[in-house]
Amino acid sequence: MAKDPKDLAVVEAHDEHDYETGLAVIAADKLADPGIEPHRVRMTDKSVKHEKAAARQVALMFFVSILGSAFAIWAYYAFPFDGVNANSLRINTVFLGLGITLGLFGIGVGAVHWAKTLMPDAEVSEERHLTRGTEDVRAAAVEIIRLADQESGFSRRKLIRRTLYGALALFPIPAIVLFSDLGPSPKDSLRHTMWGKGKLRLTRDPDGTPIKASDVQIGSVFHVIPEGLVDLEAPDLLNEKAKAAVLLVRLDPSEITQKQRDWGYDGIVAYSKICTHVGCPVALYEQHTHHLLCPCHQSTFDLANDCAVVFGPASRPLPQLKIEVDAEGYLVAPGDFAEPVGPSFWERKA
Amino acid sequence: MSNAVNTKKKGGFLAGTANYLDERVGVAGILKDFGRKIFPDHWSFMLGEVALYSFLVLLLSGTFLTFFFDPSMAEVHYNGVYGPLKGAPMSVAYQSTLDISFEVRGGLLMRQVHHWSALLFVAAAGLHMLRVFFTGAFRKPREINWVVGFMLFVLGMAGGFTGYSLPDDLLSGNGLRIIDGMIKGLPVIGASTSSLLFGGEFPGDEIIQRLYSLHIMIVPALILVFLVIHLFMVVIHKHTHYSGGGKKDSNIVGYPLMPVYVAKAGGFFFIVFGVIMLTASLFTINPVWNYGGYDPSPVSAGTQPDWYIGFLDGALRLTPTGLEVVADGNTWAWNIILPMLVGVGLLGVVAVYPFIEAWITGDKREHHVLDRPRNAPTRTAIGAAGVTFYAVLWAGASTDLIATNFRMSLNHVLTSMQILLLVGPVIAYWVTKRLCLSLQRKDREIVLHGHESGRIVRLPHGEYIEVHEPADEYQIWKLTDFKEYSPTLARPNAKGVITVRARIRSALSKWFFEDRVSPVGATELEAAKHHGELH
Repeated sequence: MAKDPKDLAVVEAHDEHDYETGLAVIAADKLADPGIEPHRVRMTDKSVKHEKAAARQVALMFFVSILGSAFAIWAYYAFPFDGVNANSLRINTVFLGLGITLGLFGIGVGAVHWAKTLMPDAEVSEERHLTRGTEDVRAAAVEIIRLADQESGFSRRKLIRRTLYGALALFPIPAIVLFSDLGPSPKDSLRHTMWGKGKLRLTRDPDGTPIKASDVQIGSVFHVIPEGLVDLEAPDLLNEKAKAAVLLVRLDPSEITQKQRDWGYDGIVAYSKICTHVGCPVALYEQHTHHLLCPCHQSTFDLANDCAVVFGPASRPLPQLKIEVDAEGYLVAPGDFAEPVGPSFWERKA
Repeated sequence: MSNAVNTKKKGGFLAGTANYLDERVGVAGILKDFGRKIFPDHWSFMLGEVALYSFLVLLLSGTFLTFFFDPSMAEVHYNGVYGPLKGAPMSVAYQSTLDISFEVRGGLLMRQVHHWSALLFVAAAGLHMLRVFFTGAFRKPREINWVVGFMLFVLGMAGGFTGYSLPDDLLSGNGLRIIDGMIKGLPVIGASTSSLLFGGEFPGDEIIQRLYSLHIMIVPALILVFLVIHLFMVVIHKHTHYSGGGKKDSNIVGYPLMPVYVAKAGGFFFIVFGVIMLTASLFTINPVWNYGGYDPSPVSAGTQPDWYIGFLDGALRLTPTGLEVVADGNTWAWNIILPMLVGVGLLGVVAVYPFIEAWITGDKREHHVLDRPRNAPTRTAIGAAGVTFYAVLWAGASTDLIATNFRMSLNHVLTSMQILLLVGPVIAYWVTKRLCLSLQRKDREIVLHGHESGRIVRLPHGEYIEVHEPADEYQIWKLTDFKEYSPTLARPNAKGVITVRARIRSALSKWFFEDRVSPVGATELEAAKHHGELH
């Protein structure tokens, strides 16, 4: 490689003592570098037959690519899908994809094969420069900065400099303030759910039909939403459901706590379905242990013991929803949960 | 001057084009400077290329998807061709994802190309980081480029997560809910930050559009910027090379960009694209039509985040019960803060490691010859410990699947993981360090006494010896050309005071370099040869 004299000068200075070596042990009797290993001659270097074969293989690969791309275009039209028959979707995806795959692979394999068999493969060495500039260049750079400073008076004119710093520090702030309207202050929205309207019937998720106490057998689980939730519009529907979803279970009254008896009805108890860890729906109920399991992070709550945490990362029991039975025998909630549902937040206890 | 240029007329279309371009953008100078740049060859240098190429595939497939995807959260009743969801209430975003899958030819293919290449991008970037770490490629002058690469890795995860949430299906919605729960748990700012992000209460009707802006504009633009910086610095530094005959810190040995690397790297782009395309043609990923639209009430068991989010999910799961504390009426949700600190802390250590090691060694020279991992035993052991820590967190995201598939108690699996998280890295550290030192000793054996030939010879006086074939000079060089460091003592400074800084550095240097194996020197090799001849 041709090198300009500037490079050579750098390389000569580029030895062990150019920079601090720190804790490095400088070996006094290092072995001698044998230099780059001699090039190993390939079959394609010494045999015209092999060279020609390799050239044919490369061309064949490119030809395969042409076929593949053509096939992909054909497959796009040849295999329409109707949405009714899942197989038609599968066939379209597979054949279109395989055609494009061949179109890509052919080019890739051909090019790499070309490089490996037909292009020179003797290793070449090139000198490196130090990353930093030469002393001349560094001096020139320093001079530019000095001139710029002198001409602008940047370090001399303190007032200009300091007010500029102030201005620069402050100008992004309006941009940050502008983002305040991304969302309202949460106020007390995290503390209330739709149950707070009072006297709402417990209804089935997702159809919204009310539940009679007599419908609830021991061991059965009901996924419950408040009466009227299904009539809400988006986004209120999901926002309210994300807080108000409830699990309803009937337990043997002799197995539960006094609070559960007081807040439940004849062994029927209702709990928030929103995990107190990070808010997943606690949807798995294991009947013989009375355990509720959150499928996201495996927090486990003991339904027979006020939904206390028995395992997993959650810290607080699931909040219980007080329920009663109305004149027609339907389950109703007289009011809201006594505490915020779902994941913890800073002001939760305030 | 112009006279000389004007004489260049013959040579047909290509020469004409080249001349045209040179006179307008100066391509001749660019080609002269870069056309024959040398690139070293090694399979491990392809990992970064894989990441780069999967990102290009992400841009291509993602652009296609933007033409069909609609990020609105307005509620509709599905009226597309997919039977099982007919009439179901869902968001426009979810519906348009279904339409891309079922009503746009090649749409499902492109969705799968996009998702698979996202998984590959983060995986390749991660492996590339491990390669750079274990070979010490982050040493001066490449420390800053390590940080740039680290940013690319984090941005890759951000791009993945924002994209994963866009279809607004049940799975991704639950993922968002977990993020919401984590944000709410942040001290002081949690609840209001969540409200800002979601535009009010969770899930609201803003989040998908906001994530869409981030996903198709901010995150890819940042990735592009960092990518350009990353590659620009590779040009400035030139590539590293592995130790071997003739390979020095002051040179670069390999093949020229044109034609060899253009063919190899250009071809490799098509191979990477081909592998992604093949995978996407044959293997379904994220079949959102099976999950239904997002609804805060149902959830399916045994679900997993995309692999690169696993370590954070695992950190959440491995947190012990009952960490929440209420102090002065304020709730400290340590069960959320702690795992977040663990995840951020792990990433933070990764980001600053080069600066720590540089401070300990105090070696200010430029390093262009890569370390073989065994020749930096403490660094390699630290890397192994880090990988183990990450791996346990990652496996922690699958405690439920491990328990059900292997019929074990979930509680036992989780407790074992918690113990493993603390003990595993220590074991990995110790075993790796010992392995490295043993491998170094084996290298010394090979240099000094050559390879065992398997040939047993009986000497005249009855002694049996195995004949050793001496190693060739290239192998000897490869096994002896590495940098050795020795620990330092804490020395008093100019005022005669031993500073805390000096003490820490001394202790760290002792930790790093006390156990070490020196490379064989010329005298030693000569003596060994002499000794061998006596036999």
